[in-house]
Amino acid sequence: MAATARQKAGWSVANIVTIVLVLIPLVWIISLSFKTTASITDPTFFPTHWTWANYSSILTTSTFLRPLLNSIGIGLIATAIAVLLASMAAYAVARLNFPGKGLLIGVSLLIAMFPAIALATPLFNIERILGLFNTWPGLIIPYVATGLPLGIYTLSAFFREIPWELEKAAKVDGATPFQAFVRVIAPLAAPGMVTTAILVFLFCWNEFLLAITLTATLASRTAPAALSFFTGTSQFAVPTGSISAAAVVITIPIIIFVLFFQRRIVAGLTAGAVKG
Amino acid sequence: MTTTTPPVTTQEPVTRGRRRAQLSEGARAERRLGWLLCAPAVIVMIAVTAYPIGYAIYVSLERYILSAPQLTKFVGFSNYGAILSSPFWWHALVVTIIITVVSVAIEFVLGMALALLMYRTIWGRGGIRTAILIPYGIVTVAAAFSWLYAWTPSTGYLSAAFGNAAPLTSTWQAIGVIILAEIWKTTAFMALLLMAGLSLVPEDLLKAAKVDGATAWQRFTRVMVPLMKPAILVALLFRTLDAFRIFDNIFILTSGNNGTGSVSILTYDNLFTGLNFGLGSALSVLILICVAIIAIVFIKGFGTAAPGTDLQR
Repeated sequence: MAATARQKAGWSVANIVTIVLVLIPLVWIISLSFKTTASITDPTFFPTHWTWANYSSILTTSTFLRPLLNSIGIGLIATAIAVLLASMAAYAVARLNFPGKGLLIGVSLLIAMFPAIALATPLFNIERILGLFNTWPGLIIPYVATGLPLGIYTLSAFFREIPWELEKAAKVDGATPFQAFVRVIAPLAAPGMVTTAILVFLFCWNEFLLAITLTATLASRTAPAALSFFTGTSQFAVPTGSISAAAVVITIPIIIFVLFFQRRIVAGLTAGAVKG
Repeated sequence: MTTTTPPVTTQEPVTRGRRRAQLSEGARAERRLGWLLCAPAVIVMIAVTAYPIGYAIYVSLERYILSAPQLTKFVGFSNYGAILSSPFWWHALVVTIIITVVSVAIEFVLGMALALLMYRTIWGRGGIRTAILIPYGIVTVAAAFSWLYAWTPSTGYLSAAFGNAAPLTSTWQAIGVIILAEIWKTTAFMALLLMAGLSLVPEDLLKAAKVDGATAWQRFTRVMVPLMKPAILVALLFRTLDAFRIFDNIFILTSGNNGTGSVSILTYDNLFTGLNFGLGSALSVLILICVAIIAIVFIKGFGTAAPGTDLQR
């Protein structure tokens, strides 16, 4: 498939424009993180006076490092559990016939719709009673519960597209439903599961409202909540530099995460499209 | 000749036997497996949400202010009455609807364009895909701070670009900034889901359409979009529901001042600032009802494209 020079040029322009637009706010916050406190009020895009002070101040304090650890740990555990449970349920929804299926979809849609705000108050009460307040499980469990609808919906959309015949062929060959699931469906479903895992993890990482209401100390406070409390504890007007540096540090694990999984997503999705 | 027994007495047992025989071993095993697979997910979801939802509905019927718990009493629907007759609620609702509709519409168009770009571009595929996922990967709060400082007079480049403007202090300009922040943040989500749907469109169909003389636009609307319907439904449905409950961006950018508050901000203020649990819970229930209406409209509109509702058997 030889591409004409004009086609190449066209795609190039589109690519470059997209990349620039997408990166501008990111570059801005990075540049802010390098600005000295005095030069914050110069509205230049790039810093006129460079400093590492913002980074050194946040990276040596546990008020930032601990929340980062919390975010990573809570996110990974919640994602693993949510994707596992969602895969099982989505498989059942997309492939099997059983009463109560519509109810499951309805209930998970209801949960996906519920405003996080109203969930926060009663959860606050329950978790205090159960001793889960301000702990990792105290956030993991709600995150799993609110991530499940997204997971089930995304995965059942993927699972629907897997061809029936393969499963029936496996059964003809003598496989039990469970074997059919593990040997035949699971490898076909892997790309969908990876994409779903990414979406769920990013959801947990981003989550703000439950994080600020269900945590009180560094024991379980996640990065977004900690970021919003930076503002409150400043003795100067606004610690723009520190917040910017913190924001940049929070993004780097995500970029690595995305780069790590990116090829798998691409390979899985394109392989799924060209079914022999 | 006792063979002529009345047919009635022998028919019922035969039919019943036939019905029981129809639920074969395979069908029963399938049912059990179905329930078994769904059980863990259902248990977790119900446990974490059933009590809070029930509690919220119950509290919404009470006058319950945390700073004066002794005054708690059952007041029926008066919380709802107070809300629905308040201009603050209606303004917040209008703001929320505008933000939702505008941002989701733009995100869908841009997301579709991006999905096509990612899928079809001849070079730099990896770079584009990573770049696009960065906005989605940045913590919403962090990105919101980026926009906040960008639009702050004497600190921000965007503010300077518009002559030291301060859009965050005036209602509709601030809403514009909020919409921009939303679009920048979640177009990638749309693009990711749409790209997944796009990859399910068989290459052969497109080639056949091309051979038949279809233009690129026709190939897009007649072949790609119909086949992408499930993915489009998932993307639009979840994005709309999310957009309606917008909170993080507004919280950081304006704290809901100058009439830029969404219904969620209004609820937060009543729940955690005003400590009025009764009113806050009633607001939550109303938001839930609005969102339910949106969901029903979507599913009815897209019909059989909803996952799991049409099982070809």
